[in-house]
Amino acid sequence: MTVHTPEQLAHEQRRYLQVFAWLVVLTAVELAVIYPPISPLAKGLMLVVLAATKAALVALFFMHLAVEKRTLAYIALTPAILCVLLVFALLPDLGAFTRALTHATPVAAEAHE
Amino acid sequence: MSQAAVAEHDLGIEPAESPLTPESWGKLGMWVFLAADAMSFGGLLAGYGALRYGDPTWPVPKDILGVQLTAFMTFLLICSSVTMVEALAAIRQGDQRGLRRFLMLTVMGGMTFLGLQAFEWTKLILHEGQSIARNNFGATFFILTGFHGCHVFGGVTYLSAVLGRSVRGVVGAIVTAAVAVACTLGLIVVTSATLSGFVAVIAAAAGAGVVYLVATLLAGGTPVYSAHNNNEVEIAALYWHFVDLIWILVFTFVYLI
Repeated sequence: MTVHTPEQLAHEQRRYLQVFAWLVVLTAVELAVIYPPISPLAKGLMLVVLAATKAALVALFFMHLAVEKRTLAYIALTPAILCVLLVFALLPDLGAFTRALTHATPVAAEAHE
Repeated sequence: MSQAAVAEHDLGIEPAESPLTPESWGKLGMWVFLAADAMSFGGLLAGYGALRYGDPTWPVPKDILGVQLTAFMTFLLICSSVTMVEALAAIRQGDQRGLRRFLMLTVMGGMTFLGLQAFEWTKLILHEGQSIARNNFGATFFILTGFHGCHVFGGVTYLSAVLGRSVRGVVGAIVTAAVAVACTLGLIVVTSATLSGFVAVIAAAAGAGVVYLVATLLAGGTPVYSAHNNNEVEIAALYWHFVDLIWILVFTFVYLI
């Protein structure tokens, strides 16, 4: 069991408050980004980067991944990598629901004709 | 190999520490659980994205959903993460009262979040006509936020159990967790019935106060956690921060983009 010295604890608490301030600021920036009339792609990219930064701050400092053994970082990274792969796996299906709505005639039926 | 390790090996006992694992097996177990849970949320978010992409009938979220209210809920969860790390810092200094107070504040943050979510859902269903069966937007919105809300509910119960355990062991954990469940369900019902965010905040403060009071009444004997024994608090904190982390992503993908 790791025992923390008072100096370490004081340092950690200062770090927690800094992270808290950053999280609040980044949330405010997110809210500021959604209203200006900029392209949806740029807006989406900015929001994803901001959200990823906030999530990383929570994981690294509140969940102590920055100072934990690497085993835990590998465990934490595994679902993130798998989720990115899942998004790529779904790429062929993107917009499939919309296509089904807009093209009433089934492709298979046309092929038979 | 040390003599102690040789003795453990001879007895068939797994060593408590190894270079590949953290010092707490409980912490490792929680991380594995969180990784699996993250995949559940990842699957839901990926499904949400696949259904939404290119759908011209998909509504603009900020036109339907109360972004300002949800931003406040995000702020609440961030604050509750800070109170959680303060609770852990308090017990690492052997401060029992600090641990109880900060745990109570964290539980209050979670309860307020749930009350405001009940308010948001009731408003969406009764006033905006949204439902899980109406369209893909409703289905994905209610499943994603509902799944996360269940995690917050679990977290409130879990942290209340830790609060109870800190003062009276297993019995304290069970009693305090049961009180937290009753208070949370009560605040959800009251908020939905009155359709008032103000009532949600007041009911959450009252609920957390009751949980704290019960824990205080149960206090007696030697405290379970100390400056040298606080792994269980750290493990509970991991779960709570994960709930906060996931909400940061849900807030961005469902409410802002």
